[in-house]
Amino acid sequence: MAYVMRSSPSVQSGSLAPHSSASSVSSSASSSSYILRLGALNSQRSGRLSITRRAIGTANRRTRKPHGVSASTSELVAEKPSIKNALAITREEGLILYEDMVLGRSFEDMCAQMYYRGKMFGFVHLYNGQEAVSTGFVKCLKPEDYVCSTYRDHVHALSKGVPARAVMSELFGKATGICRGQGGSMHMFSKEHGLLGGFAFIGEGIPVATGAAFKTKYEREVLKNDKADAVTVAFFGDGTCNNGQFFECLNMAALWKLPIIFVVENNLWAIGMSHYRATSVPEIWKKGPAFGMPGIHVDGMDVLKVREVALEAVARARRGDGPTLVECETYRFRGHSLADPDELRKPAEKAHYAARDPIIALKKYLLESGLVDETDLRSIDKKIDEIVEDAVEFADASPLPPRSQLLENVFADPKGFGIGPDGKYRCEDPAFTAGTAQV
Amino acid sequence: MLPVHSHLTCHIWQDVICTLKIKLARISSQMQSPSSLRSFCAAAKEMTVRDALNSAIDEEMSADSKVYLMGEEVGEYQGAYKISKGLLQKFGPDRVLDTPITEAGFTGIGVGSAFYGLKPIVEFMTFNFAMQAIDHIINSAAKTNYMSAGQISVPIVFRGPNGAAAGVAAQHSQCFAAWYGSCPGLKVLSPYSAEDARGLLKAAIRDPDPVVFLENEILYGEAFPVSAEVLDPSFVLPIGKAKIEREGTDVTVTAFSKMVGYALKAAEILEKEGINVEVINLRSIRPLDRATINQSVRKTNRLVTVEEGWPQHGIGAEICTSVVEESFDYLDAPVERITGADVPMPYAANLERMAVPQIEDIVRAVKRACSRSARGK
Repeated sequence: MAYVMRSSPSVQSGSLAPHSSASSVSSSASSSSYILRLGALNSQRSGRLSITRRAIGTANRRTRKPHGVSASTSELVAEKPSIKNALAITREEGLILYEDMVLGRSFEDMCAQMYYRGKMFGFVHLYNGQEAVSTGFVKCLKPEDYVCSTYRDHVHALSKGVPARAVMSELFGKATGICRGQGGSMHMFSKEHGLLGGFAFIGEGIPVATGAAFKTKYEREVLKNDKADAVTVAFFGDGTCNNGQFFECLNMAALWKLPIIFVVENNLWAIGMSHYRATSVPEIWKKGPAFGMPGIHVDGMDVLKVREVALEAVARARRGDGPTLVECETYRFRGHSLADPDELRKPAEKAHYAARDPIIALKKYLLESGLVDETDLRSIDKKIDEIVEDAVEFADASPLPPRSQLLENVFADPKGFGIGPDGKYRCEDPAFTAGTAQV
Repeated sequence: MLPVHSHLTCHIWQDVICTLKIKLARISSQMQSPSSLRSFCAAAKEMTVRDALNSAIDEEMSADSKVYLMGEEVGEYQGAYKISKGLLQKFGPDRVLDTPITEAGFTGIGVGSAFYGLKPIVEFMTFNFAMQAIDHIINSAAKTNYMSAGQISVPIVFRGPNGAAAGVAAQHSQCFAAWYGSCPGLKVLSPYSAEDARGLLKAAIRDPDPVVFLENEILYGEAFPVSAEVLDPSFVLPIGKAKIEREGTDVTVTAFSKMVGYALKAAEILEKEGINVEVINLRSIRPLDRATINQSVRKTNRLVTVEEGWPQHGIGAEICTSVVEESFDYLDAPVERITGADVPMPYAANLERMAVPQIEDIVRAVKRACSRSARGK
């Protein structure tokens, strides 16, 4: 098979080492740890990365091997066996992670209910099952950092701090939504929380995220603002990784050493298209080194592992060492959208991943490690239930957008509507703001 | 003829530029100098459109450090059409970025950086290549202020040559004014003279919304007289206002970009035959200055629209409908539109000439509009 990595030194040094150009080899040893080298199993370099690998180079890609199968030594950068003790999470952190994941899950379940009751409409794409990825990454970020998402953006918005009320109202299309009802499920934007969207086209958010990372670099280097160190995280799926824009941005992010983390939520399915039917080289993490950045694969159903990778990748970006590509093996428990009958996925596969539910896994870990007890978790569950119900009530009670909102915000400068027949700017016509102008 | 997206060595480029200069000389000798048709005070200084654009970008980048230029060959090559000549030397590689050939990628990066306050100028080698990035121009730039309910505005300028050049064939010759002009959330500008180029580009860079700036490759080398006012660094032209290039009483001819020059030339020919033509330089495709156009038609009672692009759903179609909607009672003759032929651009020189409007076509259409009147004039 073409993608079996051979362990000959010449192949590795030739094709994988970030080479001679000084800019791509950073002085910190962390970048060099991502070069595939012989016998690098368990190598601990200063940029320690926890990577749980599944076997690479197996002939049959149709069945995913359960995680934890060791990979051949010659093909690894660094593998850390999953030693939970090493993950050193505090009680507070554990509770934050648990609460965020439960919020995401409960919110999405409520969305499904509301959709079937007709309160929500259009396209709704739910995130059930993938919470560990959003929580794991977004909870490592500062408020000034940026998150760019796709149409499956409700939980990214919630993790980033957008109030559940604002998200629910937006889904109901009410004027109190985060985008005043103008965006909808697929277009959540929040300037205050650094949420760049919400894009319907796959791959569209990646260049936009790269632009936000570019802005950080520009602020530091041209505008001479040393405090500018905002990092951008771009979330997208496995289907996107075959899209041209993805590769264009991997190239430019590595070329210009932008502070961005490309997070692939590989849930194996792009609507009904299996990742293995669509991709010549299914290991997405391998595409990182091809462009000169580290490619990491992590178990996306385990929030602690995701968090560890995220902390390292975010620190790397903030230091100025450049981008990282992280592939998270995850799964969506529901269909692609609420309109998807989800007939193509096998029940065995669904059962396999349902058994790896990230919330249940974290709960188990927190209880077993004695960091929390049942009452703490139950009180969080109750709190989240109340938040979600309150969000629904608030959204229900909110008004629909007024007529005048139709013409608003097409332009930041409303004179963009031009000059009316009376020679004055159309936006100055009183009927314009009342929503009754003919434009 | 102008190979783009390929790597040429210097001497081939010099040959190309030589040939182009000869072509331009031929074209400009066919066109009378427009200075005699100007109504502003005679100015000693002449400026090419290329220099006008270069000076506008230079001044805006000097004035605001958040403005930066990005595109293929804008830096070390000094610009594919030399519009960004000298800018890399002046502002450095952090502000004048040579990009790889990845329109979708770098346009998206420009848009993303504009979301949070930078002011990129994205140069497309021609707007034909912008089709690879049109998703970002429309979906992430134009629609974002609306989708985010005013939270995120996108102060970006997309600029580059638009429309037919000389012998560059079908994939390099499309006019995109109608496509971008139909999209809400975009402002679309198309300058003609050096004054237009300077004033409109400065306005576009300062504007908080996405602006598509459609230049014309043939006009780059053409010189226009400029007054001292135009050369002032704070000179801007308003977006959304057309200019009456030539006042007249018998018929209104609207045009933009290169066709303004043709219309002016046609007007001179028609003057000799007793037809007094009013030429409107649209300057702004979106928002369209319907007020000026309608006011003019109410004065002259006849309309001819001229454009280089394809006829169906073109700029002329929109102007004609606007006039029919607002000034129907004032029309003495059906509205006429002259457009490019409804074909992809052919390569052969004689076919190419037939595929874009020529001065004779404008003259013929104006005469048709005038001889159809119910009342003799």
